[in-house]
Amino acid sequence: MKRYLLLLAVIFCAFLLYAQDSIPADSNQVQIYESAIELTVSDTPNDDGRSLTVRWCADDSLKNYLVDIHRIENEKDTLILASSAASRGLFTDNSVESNHTYSYYGIFSNGDNSYRTVTSEAVKAKGQWFNVSRLDSFIALLLIAGSFLWFINQAKMGKKLYIRKISGLDAVEEAVGRSTEMGKPIMYILGIGYVTDIPTIAGLTILGRVAKKAAEYDTRILVPSYDPVVMTTAQEVVKESFTEAGRPDTYRKEDTMYITQDQFGYAAGVDGMMMREKPGAIFLQGLFFAEALILAETGYSIGAIQIAGTTETAQLPFFVAACDYTLIGEEMMAASVYLEREPLMLGSLVAEDLIKVIIVIILIAGFIFGILGPGMKIDLFNNLFDWLIRII
Amino acid sequence: MIKGKGIPLAIAFLTGVIIIIAFFIPHSPFGSFEEISLRWYSIIAGFTMLLGVDSLLRLHINKIRRMDSNWQYSIILLAGFTLIVSFGVISTVHFGNAFLTGSEFMYLYDNMIIPLQSTMFSLLAFFIASAAYRAFRARNFDATLLLITAIIVMLGRVPIAEMISSKIPLFTEWIMSVPQMAAKRGIIIGIALGGIGVSLRIILGIERSYLS
Repeated sequence: MKRYLLLLAVIFCAFLLYAQDSIPADSNQVQIYESAIELTVSDTPNDDGRSLTVRWCADDSLKNYLVDIHRIENEKDTLILASSAASRGLFTDNSVESNHTYSYYGIFSNGDNSYRTVTSEAVKAKGQWFNVSRLDSFIALLLIAGSFLWFINQAKMGKKLYIRKISGLDAVEEAVGRSTEMGKPIMYILGIGYVTDIPTIAGLTILGRVAKKAAEYDTRILVPSYDPVVMTTAQEVVKESFTEAGRPDTYRKEDTMYITQDQFGYAAGVDGMMMREKPGAIFLQGLFFAEALILAETGYSIGAIQIAGTTETAQLPFFVAACDYTLIGEEMMAASVYLEREPLMLGSLVAEDLIKVIIVIILIAGFIFGILGPGMKIDLFNNLFDWLIRII
Repeated sequence: MIKGKGIPLAIAFLTGVIIIIAFFIPHSPFGSFEEISLRWYSIIAGFTMLLGVDSLLRLHINKIRRMDSNWQYSIILLAGFTLIVSFGVISTVHFGNAFLTGSEFMYLYDNMIIPLQSTMFSLLAFFIASAAYRAFRARNFDATLLLITAIIVMLGRVPIAEMISSKIPLFTEWIMSVPQMAAKRGIIIGIALGGIGVSLRIILGIERSYLS
């Protein structure tokens, strides 16, 4: 009897197992039809070999369908894009590994019907050794770096190089001297940029020169900072300048202080310092946004001599209106060279001017071709204009 | 033998060159160098925040201790600092995240910090008026030209200009898209070249004023 019962139990279990296999995993799953919807995969160009680009193109009749993209690697099926609403589209799979082979397929579904695309060919993700899309930048880099090195070499050989007068920078000594005579401190504001921003770096280089002058004149220099990294760098720059000037004993670390990383909190803090300390000269050199005029107008109201400089074109008019001197864009970048007058550094400025001349020539050529080509319908100039647009 | 400033100069040179190479070579290991550098920067920046807070607190505590001029404001700063930090900690304990809507920290942020920020920002309107008054005084030919242009542009931006003449808004658009844009682009080209100049001077070690 026991045997029969055991046999029955085994048969029952076997039936259950068979039944489980024959029931679909999801009883509501829609039947998927094979279709000839095109799905192609290619290696993403100009990348490090960790992405593949999947493109699909379905008929307009499937425009209300959602598509799921699946990836197959060594028979392992992974859903990588769920429910995209585009019947024609492109997806970059950034989760692949370099030198591994993958194939893809898609399933278009609207809840009632589902269509499976053909499975794509297996494609290997490869990294490239040169980003072809940046070839123009590479040529520009060679041209710019080459001219820089050429003029730096010329300067090394003792060739005299000319730099035009920048009145805002000539006024640095006057501003520091005025503060000294009045017995007031100097305030140097680096704006709300980070140390990774070029205007902040340019501001820090000018700070070095101004701090050196301040040390020579034995005047306090206050540097309220927005970012702790900028504060730390500014502290080191000021300390080095005081040491270079032979006055390390007068350096006060607490004069280069952190205020806050809130834009208007910073403006309020610096304005408050201006009203209390009444600096004789204020330098605004760095990256400024909406707080630019708030700072500059407060500086004006206390009668300080103000020298501003920024690369933000939207803030330049405010500085021009509220400050005594404004370094416009490139003048700010050239400030450290102008103050130092080192021949090697002057060489780099001449190179900048040469590139500027080349750009102006290209602009004038484009202007002429633009009038004679598309404007006057002359084919030769039209082609030259198109070529110019392409290279620019 | 690399001595003194030689080591930081070498680091600056190598980092600069590698970043430039990484811009053109996407292949590993160059491709991810910029991303890794930025990650390092974020970690270092996180630690320097402690230095910033230390600088702020030390300055104001010393001010109170020495009873320097206006030392009373330092008490308010320290009280504000303590309050916002406490609310941040309490909110984190209550909600697991201080930035969730309804937390004590966000209550303080929405009802104190945002109104203070708005107040500072709104001051800008008055500062623009006072700066514009000074800039637009017709002292010489340039200032007169600026005044006339500003009047046309401002007029062209409001509906009354259309009522006076339909040409004024068009002329405003022309001023903004031709002479204004030309000057702006000239400045931007100069800034871009200046930026390249500063970068190359730092990479080549010609510009050293950032070194301590």
